[in-house]
Amino acid sequence: MKQIFITYNNIISSLGFDTISNIENVSNGVSGIKKIDDDNLLQQPFYSSLIDTVKLDVAFQNIGDITAYTRLEKMMILSLKDVISQSNIPLDAKTGFIISTTKGNVDTLDENSSFPKERAYLSELGKQIQQFLSIQNEAVIVSNACVSGVMAVSISKRMIESKLYEHVLIVSGDVVSEFILSGFQSFQALSDAPCKPFSKNRTGITIGEAAASVLVTSNENYLSKDAVQILGDASHNDANHISGPSRTGEGLVRSMKSAFKEANIETQQIDYVSLHGTATNYNDEMEAIALNRMHLEKVPVNSLKGYYGHTLGASGLLETIVGMQSLYNNCLYPSYGFDELGVSQSINIIEKTKKKELTVFLKTASGFGGSNTAVIFKKNKNK
Amino acid sequence: MDTQYYIKSYCKIKEAHVTFNNNIVFEDDAKDLKSFLKNIYKHLALKYAKFFKMDNLSKLAFLGAELLLQDDEKDTDRDIAIVLSNRASSLETDRKHQEAIQDKEKYYPSPAIFVYTLPNIAVGEISIRHQLKSENAFFVFDTFNAEFLCNYATVLLEKNKAESVLCGWVDVDGENYDGFMYLVSRKGKIKHTIKELTNLYQN
Repeated sequence: MKQIFITYNNIISSLGFDTISNIENVSNGVSGIKKIDDDNLLQQPFYSSLIDTVKLDVAFQNIGDITAYTRLEKMMILSLKDVISQSNIPLDAKTGFIISTTKGNVDTLDENSSFPKERAYLSELGKQIQQFLSIQNEAVIVSNACVSGVMAVSISKRMIESKLYEHVLIVSGDVVSEFILSGFQSFQALSDAPCKPFSKNRTGITIGEAAASVLVTSNENYLSKDAVQILGDASHNDANHISGPSRTGEGLVRSMKSAFKEANIETQQIDYVSLHGTATNYNDEMEAIALNRMHLEKVPVNSLKGYYGHTLGASGLLETIVGMQSLYNNCLYPSYGFDELGVSQSINIIEKTKKKELTVFLKTASGFGGSNTAVIFKKNKNK
Repeated sequence: MDTQYYIKSYCKIKEAHVTFNNNIVFEDDAKDLKSFLKNIYKHLALKYAKFFKMDNLSKLAFLGAELLLQDDEKDTDRDIAIVLSNRASSLETDRKHQEAIQDKEKYYPSPAIFVYTLPNIAVGEISIRHQLKSENAFFVFDTFNAEFLCNYATVLLEKNKAESVLCGWVDVDGENYDGFMYLVSRKGKIKHTIKELTNLYQN
């Protein structure tokens, strides 16, 4: 089986418009979460990590009409364009295209939106991005709640394994909207303070927005210096509840087992785990249980939600890119917002930035619908 | 990819008809989609109270899975992956949630509706019903994408990520609906090819 890599990448978020500036902020302990008071989004103040609208439009007006594209399209186009420019990848039939998003342009359903309601169809979002960037292939759109971003990595690998494609471009993204905030609030899942994953005093989710893009390839001529090999991947369902995780972490454990089996490595070889860590009671507890079932409780772990909030369909890919930078820089980044362990089983949360030789990391995510994904990555030593 | 896989069985819920392996199982002149789906549920003599909490997309996918997995034992740990797709994602329920928050004077977002604003909830409902703790994914395309589904299911089987794969196209947009689901396995009579899938979907 040929080796498949994630190579060139980009993150557009409250912490910057490229991967380097994002990592600079993360390594300096800067969080993008702020208190927001905006009636158009929620009737009371809330915490979120938002992209600066002026900065977004200034960046976009160099390449296109800022009024012709939605906020999400502008983020996604800028992000993916950066990856295409960095990699010089040909946008022909051998380059597949994936979009991962939880809600796409759902904000265009609002009566006050200046865009037609048809824009809410995800295939319409796909067409806008495909046409703007002149990508030959139609987008494969992955919409699997909060695991979408990292599941897209698994799917890209399988698309290449099916021999249909040599490369796959992935762009993932979601925006903060009244639609999303009102829904999470109806679940009483929104935190009234910046989220504190795995902490004793955690009070729920902080929603954020971001776009993240990568090139996945089997061609070693397209490897970036921070490239990682995708060793194994799986996405198993809990078959337990549609809006809450399995208490035993069953789907996540099965996902990890399947990924380890395919990667053909032992759990002791994992140097770092990038967890989902939404800071809800049930999610964080479930992840601690699943890690212990896999004997990964001593491995350094973090959640990046304290920096970005939960960026929904972007989160899994964004956090994979940060994980790649951890490997490249041999540096473990702290789990922002963590104070005292608040889960029933012991896990090794990273509290301070730490330099350490890192080779293999595991990324996990879990979400509504009982979905879970686990992917294992290895540093490319031939760089 | 040398192994030949087969379409073990398939079903359609379309144009007021339910068919299984091209035989009519049920037809109905219900006035709306919700009633039609309820009538199928009754016809299949199902007893599953959660059905009535589902949105129309989940109901459609759930009923398709009932037809295809009816002969299998529910209590054994079966490795059947689920790969569903559609055009309208969960837009039908998205519109309901939007309606609930549009007017600030009548603002009433509900978790029971919001949870169905994700298309993969349909996959979750089938997983719970049949206790399938297996590989699963939901995709959105402009039209039924036989090529992608065929390749994706083949990779899952080829890499031993599943024993068989429950695949399909389940679309609900207003009163329009289109359900085509099938089981891909190592045994069967119809070859699992893009051509056969296109043919079965269209005819």
